[in-house]
Amino acid sequence: MANPLLRYAGRHRRETGMLGLLFILVVITSLGTIEEGIDGLFGSKFLTPDNLKNVARTIGIYGIFSIGVGIVIITAGIDLSVGSLMALLGVFFLFLVTPPGMRPDSAIARGIPEVSWPMAVLWVLLLGTLLGLLHGILVGKLKLQPFVVTLCGLLSYRGLARFYANDTTVNVGDASQDLSFARKLGDGTLGDVLISDGQKGILHSIPMTFVYLIILAVITTIILHRSVLGRYIFAAGRNELATKYSGINTGLVIAIAYLIAGFCTAFSAIPFCIYTGSVQPTSHGAFFELYAIAAAVLGGCSLRGGEGSIPGILIGTAILIVLRNMVNLLGYPTPLSDAITGGVIFVGVIIDQHGATGLKKLFKRKVRAG
Amino acid sequence: MQDPAKRVKVLHMENITKRFPGVTALNQVNFDIMEGEVVALIGENGAGKSTLMKVLGGVHQPDEGTITASGSPAVIRSVADADSLGVGFVHQELNVLDNLDVGANVFLGREPHRFGLINRRKIKADTQPFLDTLGLDASPDTPLSKLSIGQQQMVEIAKALSKEAKIIIMDEPTSSLTLSETERLLKVIGDLSEQGIAVIYISHRLGEVTQCAHRVVALRDGKNAGELQRGEINHDAMVSLMVGRDLKRTPLTSSDHETVPRRLVVSNLRTALYPECQSSFEISGGEILGMAGLVGAGRSELAQATFGVDPALGGSVSVDGITIKRGAARQSIKAGIYLAPEDRKLTGLVLEFDITQNISLADLWNHSSGIGLIDRNAERTVAERQIERLKIKTPSASTAAITLSGGNQQKVVLGKWLSMKPKVIIFDEPTRGIDVGAKAEIYKLMRELARNGVAIWMISSDMEEVLGISDRIVVMHEGRITGELQRDEFGEEAIMHLAVGHSKTEAN
Repeated sequence: MANPLLRYAGRHRRETGMLGLLFILVVITSLGTIEEGIDGLFGSKFLTPDNLKNVARTIGIYGIFSIGVGIVIITAGIDLSVGSLMALLGVFFLFLVTPPGMRPDSAIARGIPEVSWPMAVLWVLLLGTLLGLLHGILVGKLKLQPFVVTLCGLLSYRGLARFYANDTTVNVGDASQDLSFARKLGDGTLGDVLISDGQKGILHSIPMTFVYLIILAVITTIILHRSVLGRYIFAAGRNELATKYSGINTGLVIAIAYLIAGFCTAFSAIPFCIYTGSVQPTSHGAFFELYAIAAAVLGGCSLRGGEGSIPGILIGTAILIVLRNMVNLLGYPTPLSDAITGGVIFVGVIIDQHGATGLKKLFKRKVRAG
Repeated sequence: MQDPAKRVKVLHMENITKRFPGVTALNQVNFDIMEGEVVALIGENGAGKSTLMKVLGGVHQPDEGTITASGSPAVIRSVADADSLGVGFVHQELNVLDNLDVGANVFLGREPHRFGLINRRKIKADTQPFLDTLGLDASPDTPLSKLSIGQQQMVEIAKALSKEAKIIIMDEPTSSLTLSETERLLKVIGDLSEQGIAVIYISHRLGEVTQCAHRVVALRDGKNAGELQRGEINHDAMVSLMVGRDLKRTPLTSSDHETVPRRLVVSNLRTALYPECQSSFEISGGEILGMAGLVGAGRSELAQATFGVDPALGGSVSVDGITIKRGAARQSIKAGIYLAPEDRKLTGLVLEFDITQNISLADLWNHSSGIGLIDRNAERTVAERQIERLKIKTPSASTAAITLSGGNQQKVVLGKWLSMKPKVIIFDEPTRGIDVGAKAEIYKLMRELARNGVAIWMISSDMEEVLGISDRIVVMHEGRITGELQRDEFGEEAIMHLAVGHSKTEAN
């Protein structure tokens, strides 16, 4: 195989297959949503600039926390706390940027001082990272089961978010400080940030969350696939004992993976709550942990650990988001998208486990016959 | 045993040929066994022993050849067929469920029942006689997890007996047994033979074969390589049948090399398994210290505590006079102490990683830039050097370790440490499950390392290995070092004496 692209595809069978699936999905969605009088490419509702921008923004948000969860899955762990943590961090962020008097009537809510939004961002990133580290220490050092540790997180963080917010919705609009630049960074496009609001053009169709995702993906790809830490993460996920016998502090490696996951969740929590404009603590971010796991598994991460890649996780996220968008555009009720998503993951995993080898055998037979 | 003339041939396999894509695993192989006979089946890995037994066990169908069982032609298409012909299998890896009790294991899949409920009383009553026969001192309702590996194996044999097996195949049955359990098993094999049950004994441990076999059948490259009758069975004869040439045994005398005195000093080390025992000993650079003892004597635990993967409760370890900080393998590795662990698959290798990744794992920072990015060319170069040096048989350095044979996997484990300038290497059961050829290479390597001043600590349950390789032997019993033997005191009996807990002076 002279073509380096083909060689890459050969080595990364799972990613290539899922990329193919994504492509087919995009084609089907594009063709299926062609209507009279739509100004998108070929008259497709999917291919309108607004829809594509929307899809890219959502992929950005979901992709960021999915990368974190994916890395944890590669260590043979799991993170179930993502959605609840997003709610807690969302509430926390909005508390920090609104005057105490405007917050829900709870002692803690009123007790937190107001800070400028950049400081609030730092606090949220710090809190998310620390909670991730806490999970990491419990799993890596104290050897508690990751499912249980993060299940406790799932319950506690959601409960705390509701408690602090007095079970009421917290709004971005209640802030008295000027959040216009924060809104641009969170919910705007590259053009909004670099040039000015509301214009048209290529830069104005790239959402900031997508930019963050690409930056994070590049950094985590280098960490995971090129660095010593990344090799340790794969080794600890495959065989923690043998890794320990090679003199590696596997507890620390695992703790770092959860820390990265906590950071990623916090990193996506801020644009997400700016995008939604408010945080309803009972439903904000609900099931996000499951979407993240789905994206990681679709993208080739094995729950047994030691397997997976950042490009795979990105492709997995894209498949999920495009599927949901398709269901929306075709006018089916939104709940159906989850059902379809479940079905697609199921089929994808079956093909991955059994179909590919079957296909290979078929191919070999043909060669021999020829 | 009965009078040989009256004995019946229970199994006759003639001209068995089995081909797999690209390889003829068995080529016109003949094999037969009499009632009550113990036949050892020997051969290097890949010689066809397992395939032949799988044909007998109904796992593989032969392409050619006939099987006659107790005088009538037999077709063995499935494991159930083999069962009904009275062929029982005791596998190398135990096939018992340790969440069930003894009786439930013996009758697994054949539980006596009434109205769909298991009749526990009947299981208990039916199991007991088999346990008595085997001398297994446990009641049928003992949970299996409470039994030692050797006892669990007896349960497997009981299971075969309960199916009225006439032939019992034992595949490497002693590979995880202690010395005394091995002795016990060999005695049971004798008893089974007395009762007219034929035993096919597959083992790389030629000492045991010499002890228990009535006849030896050797396979080489899928063909019959010859037979030895009772009187002809000895180590050298078996080895030459297996390898087809005379393999030179490792020279017994360690020679003319430089020694570094007190290279490794272990003093008053206490392990979590035997917190009340303190162990002290030292090894010079250039010396091979053999450590014998029964499994469970705490040898591996001592090695793991020395290496730092298990916590040590007290005591100290020093290399070349420098005391190592305890509690992390990293510290030992920095000091140049390396462990090639007992269980390659679980603790020695990340099996799914390729050879390069396994070899570089412990030394990654030295194959990477300052900020921790791996230099893939550098790690590959190191791996390729080790592949060449250790003659690891592999298509390339990026082959997954899982696809290699046991001997080559062990070489990968060693390659990891050899690339890091060892001062002390601990070999824990270095040749378990490895064929004769690779064994010899590993012994040679140990010698060579010793000659270069490395201190070698070899833990082994293979008596022949301990006696043949060591410069000095220490023996452990229940966490304690019971004695030390110099070369002129070497002997199986002397070791056994210490291994069961007597002190050296009591011997005389």
